[in-house]
Amino acid sequence: MRVVRDLEWQGPVPAGEGEYGEFFAAAAEGRLLIQQCPECGHRQHYPRAICTACGAEPEWMEAAGTGTVYTYTVVRQYGVPAFAELPYVLAMIDLPEGVRMFGGLTGIDPDDVEIGMPVTAYARTYDDTHALVFWEPA
Amino acid sequence: MPSRDPVICGIGLSDYPVVPHLNSVQHHALAARRAIADCGITKSAIDGYVSTSGGGPGAGDDAVSMAEYLGVNHRYIDGTMVGGSSFEFHVQHAAAAIREGLCDTVLVTYGSDQLTRMGRVLGTGGFQRDAQPVAGAMQMATPYGLPLVGAYALAARRHMHEFGTTSEQLAEIAVGIREFAGLNPDARYRDPITVDDVVNSRMIADPLHKLDCCVITDGGGALVMTTEEIARDLCQPPIYVLGAAGTQTHWNIHQMPDFTEMGAAVCGPEAFAQAGVTPSDIDTAQLYDSFTITVMLMLEGLGFCGRGEGGAYVEEGHLRRGGSMPTNTDGGGLSSNHPGMRGIFLLIEAVRQLRGDAGEAQVPNAELALACGSGGWLSAIATVILGKDRPT
Repeated sequence: MRVVRDLEWQGPVPAGEGEYGEFFAAAAEGRLLIQQCPECGHRQHYPRAICTACGAEPEWMEAAGTGTVYTYTVVRQYGVPAFAELPYVLAMIDLPEGVRMFGGLTGIDPDDVEIGMPVTAYARTYDDTHALVFWEPA
Repeated sequence: MPSRDPVICGIGLSDYPVVPHLNSVQHHALAARRAIADCGITKSAIDGYVSTSGGGPGAGDDAVSMAEYLGVNHRYIDGTMVGGSSFEFHVQHAAAAIREGLCDTVLVTYGSDQLTRMGRVLGTGGFQRDAQPVAGAMQMATPYGLPLVGAYALAARRHMHEFGTTSEQLAEIAVGIREFAGLNPDARYRDPITVDDVVNSRMIADPLHKLDCCVITDGGGALVMTTEEIARDLCQPPIYVLGAAGTQTHWNIHQMPDFTEMGAAVCGPEAFAQAGVTPSDIDTAQLYDSFTITVMLMLEGLGFCGRGEGGAYVEEGHLRRGGSMPTNTDGGGLSSNHPGMRGIFLLIEAVRQLRGDAGEAQVPNAELALACGSGGWLSAIATVILGKDRPT
């Protein structure tokens, strides 16, 4: 996964406690992590200390960083100063590994976004060692 | 035979929609006073208390604080907080407690000074304005700039994609509810609107326009629930809790398993089965209308129409005054009032309809009413079925 080093990040940042921190740290290294259960094989995202299917302890696995748009919205009004640059696209992405992931979708005119379109993940750092995962057209 | 069948015997609304002189605690109290006066119960007979904070952190209106403030020395307390549908869950819990004999008479209260205290920040004004790091699962969404409206827009867009639902069909929901708001002198907005007005209103988060979104107000409400036996000595006819069921499919919107099916599809059939009735038996529905899409997903989940058929169903005018399923007869959250968690108003309006006290908005011969609340982001859903006659 491509990593864009953005040390000017103005938006709210993740607290990164527990497994969350491992996810955002891996993203800063270009790895998109999801979880898989060694007991039942269930895959999940966001990361947790338990398998939501069987209750065992999940393990990390690296996803390919590809997906398709499941649904999206174009935000045209939001009073948070960090998001003053409107409009922008937010989307739910279906990953081929079987989980769904939320994130920003960039590099496309909001009017051109379509459900089902293929997208690729990239990471955007919000501090020296952590990054958020964004998506762009494949 | 004296019956412990749970009933709603008293209802009270605090003032709304814009009430700068009341704080959240005072909204709880005003609504409680009116609900107690409504049914004429002796206050000291209240031995159960159910509530959740409408004012949020720092408001001092959490359940234990409010029990003290209101002077309720309870034998049964429940502070379940699942967002806007909390009060449908509260009725489920209180009905079980009354039936089981854990207590006899439960006061349920809600109060919120949201508009006065926070303005419109909850919608698009900047809920996460401060730069505090975001903990928990919300950190997977909030850093990307997800407003509340945007979360529901994700569901609306998917519904349009899967079923061909149109903005005009969603707009019809807002138009019908505004028509009822015109009959409610206290409603926030009362002037009639058209489908064109809705689809031409400002786009907030595609595909939801300004008029697809609920209003933001102050307000509060209260219920008194008791046994059928005790209610016989009170001054209002008892309204029976015939069914009450809830479910949670997720909390954060990004965890919704299927963006076009909400938990109403689970708790709706369960509540209908408890009541021994079907959707076509219901005379009026009070559905949580945070956004037009919330109502459409609820109609489908509850079985008023088939999955994906919500657009065609609302276009046929069923939700309108005089339609087969008059919906949100007080003007709903889309036009009347929405202080943040609207679930209690669904129940109060359902009771007014079943008492025949709904004035110009009265549904003729209403005998069965349904209230369905949605809490979180289409997450925690509960359905309550109320009747004017005792269960058979």
